[in-house]
Amino acid sequence: MDVQLRIRRYNPEADDEPHWEEYTVPAEPNDRVLDLLHHVKWYQDGTLTFRRSCAHGVCGSDAMLINGRNRLACEYLVKDAGPQITVEAIRGMAVLKDLLVDMEPFWESYRQVKPFLVNDEIPVDGKERRQSPADRDRFEDTSRCILCAACTTACPVFWADQSYVGPAAIVNAHRFIVDSRDTAKEERLQIMADPDGVWRCRTTFNCVEACPRDIKITRAILEVTAEIGKAGLR
Amino acid sequence: MTLVSGRSAIPPTRVHEMDAVVVGAGGAGLYAALELKQELGLEARIGVISKLYPSRSHTGAAQGGVCAALGNTEEDHWEWHWFDTVKGGDYLVDQDAAEVMCHDAVETIINLEHLGLPFDRTPDGLINQRRFGGHTRNYGEGPVRRSCFAADRTGHAILQTLFQQCIRHDVTFFDEYQVLDLALPQGSGGPVTGVIALETATTELHAFRAKAVLFATGGYGKIFKVTSNAHTLTGDGMAIPYRRGLPLEDMEFFQFHPTGMYRLGFLLSEAMRGEGGFLVNDRGERFMERYAPTMKDLASRDVISRSIYLEIAEGRGIGGKDYVHLDVRHLGADVLNTKLPDMSGFIRTYFGLEPLTDLVPIQPTAHYAMGGVPTDIDGRVLADATGAIVPGFYAAGEVACVSVHGANRLGTNSLLDILVFGRRAGKKMAAELADLSQPVADAGAEVSVQTRISGLLAGTDGERPAVIRSELQEVMFLKCGVYRTEQLLAECRDEVAGLRERAQHLLVDDKGCRYNTDLGEALELGFLLDCAEATVESALARTETRGGHAREDFPERDDANWLKHTFATRDPASGAMSMAYKPVTITEFQPKPRTY
Repeated sequence: MDVQLRIRRYNPEADDEPHWEEYTVPAEPNDRVLDLLHHVKWYQDGTLTFRRSCAHGVCGSDAMLINGRNRLACEYLVKDAGPQITVEAIRGMAVLKDLLVDMEPFWESYRQVKPFLVNDEIPVDGKERRQSPADRDRFEDTSRCILCAACTTACPVFWADQSYVGPAAIVNAHRFIVDSRDTAKEERLQIMADPDGVWRCRTTFNCVEACPRDIKITRAILEVTAEIGKAGLR
Repeated sequence: MTLVSGRSAIPPTRVHEMDAVVVGAGGAGLYAALELKQELGLEARIGVISKLYPSRSHTGAAQGGVCAALGNTEEDHWEWHWFDTVKGGDYLVDQDAAEVMCHDAVETIINLEHLGLPFDRTPDGLINQRRFGGHTRNYGEGPVRRSCFAADRTGHAILQTLFQQCIRHDVTFFDEYQVLDLALPQGSGGPVTGVIALETATTELHAFRAKAVLFATGGYGKIFKVTSNAHTLTGDGMAIPYRRGLPLEDMEFFQFHPTGMYRLGFLLSEAMRGEGGFLVNDRGERFMERYAPTMKDLASRDVISRSIYLEIAEGRGIGGKDYVHLDVRHLGADVLNTKLPDMSGFIRTYFGLEPLTDLVPIQPTAHYAMGGVPTDIDGRVLADATGAIVPGFYAAGEVACVSVHGANRLGTNSLLDILVFGRRAGKKMAAELADLSQPVADAGAEVSVQTRISGLLAGTDGERPAVIRSELQEVMFLKCGVYRTEQLLAECRDEVAGLRERAQHLLVDDKGCRYNTDLGEALELGFLLDCAEATVESALARTETRGGHAREDFPERDDANWLKHTFATRDPASGAMSMAYKPVTITEFQPKPRTY
């Protein structure tokens, strides 16, 4: 079968304005949208530009707005997307070329929450720190984040104001805030309690819908809010 | 400076002075960078250069676990792990190197826990462990729980943890820079004094000058049609030294993982069999019971992949086709959803099948390069088969060949390899930095890279890189795959040579300087072709069957003649290939017939 692919193209080096281009691509029902993009790039128009690597939903390179929703192009199959597929860049970030956006503000927000375990004490026996399966479970969900930016760029608060740290950064703060081994919880909660932190969330659940890993993002945000309350930082 | 299509130009080379640079931001590169920072202090100028954002590296795709004889759930000893590694590698493993890896494994895993890695835990709060292919108790008696894991996304957890700690230690990242050459101002003997890289965002060339350079760029699975490897795994870090006249070791050994998802190629973790899954043929038989009576579906990967091929060849593939089934239905919802959630998700997403009720179609998929850039146990790159060192040049991870995997890597030992040897390389670089010479430019290399890029951007006719790449992947999978013969390999060699010739005239559509990934892919094709050449040449040379190299015309292992590593070299001036040999280091375990 053939699929009609509409792609929003924009190369600031050559174009004044973004514009739509259409491509007809042969496809099997089980093909990924990424396969279609590759078909265009490899055999029709090599200037089409996007990021990708693993092609099976674990590296987080290819978040795009496909048929009106943020998804990974390598996880969305033709049989689900239908014969007419529109693809554009994720929103709220500057488009640098076609489907490729400026990720630097995203990484900056990520770095801002101190996304690393802080604990320089090593058990006296030199072995691993103990952690119960129940304590380990508290960050199971948020440790699964692949930093694809699908959630943050689906968030209407973020669209309106990019100074909001965004759901992805909160998810990654949560991963350490609830880790029983970490010693920098308060510092992170302070960052989260900032006016551009967790309070900006309006629980529209767009992020949860967008997350390709099905992380319960809103729940993580609420847990961070609760921790801020417990710490008396509110 | 060359003008391109009237509106853009390649700007002149920009220069960065660093103390050390690491190329590649997977587990090996990040661990090395972290060690360098920890050893040298926060002021040290340590740069990590990567084609991708670090969190995109393929370490993140590793699933099942990383082995270390912690003995947390049952008795285990690192010496048993050592034996399993040597036997798994079909006795081509350098035993002194494997000893280091299995011994260091224990301390390294503990260090990762201290760095924050979210391992699954036992009820007592220790790191949990499970079974994995080829890992046994008491020198082969039966399976042992040795694999430390974070659900079925252990690689993701490792990559995230090391990236996070590099952020904490203020490592400098150069993201989306494609390294294209080494600075070797005095020729292939060294010293290496930096790298030359293309900034994807701008098509600017950057010269990084450094006293020490580590290659940790991963593998080259994209030479094959069906592979578990990411699109970006194009052998850059192997091809670059090879082009400069440095050797590649044991390139004939490529691991085909038995349980690739049919046609797609990416993996269903061995952990699915570790948890009790098994393979069945068209008749519903558990055929591994015939090929490996003791370890069955947890025999080593080369053994299982060859068994699947034999089943298919004898007409017992599913419906007579080129795949068999993985049966995990009996594992139950709890195991599938909590211990193997990502795998279960892949089956649902990509096949529309339900692992609780459906059989899963699988086929062997090109997975892992045992060979690569030869190094010693501290990551120092060897200039030749006699063991001479190239000063200032280090390699670790899949790009390197230490050799701890010999002819076939055991499951989980790839993660262990990147961790142990990435870390050791970082330590060694830090220790040697003071004695290495001040970096000087390699003007010849800078000009040659500049010329290559200008040529690609200027061309107005030629073939699309994707056409040549796809033909390469077909021929390599067909003629240099699980089973090989002299005739197939000779044909393959000629066809690869023809493709190399055709690749002299490539058409790159994108003539611009902004995120020109079309150009990037054309450059990667060149690397793939070089890796394919070295692989086929080495496969032709080795007239025996061992581990991941199965010759139908030489079906037996030949210890009398082949307990040695191949070193493939191409003379940069004449283009002539040559093969040299280095004896295997045998210290503890004498080669024995390998049964599972």
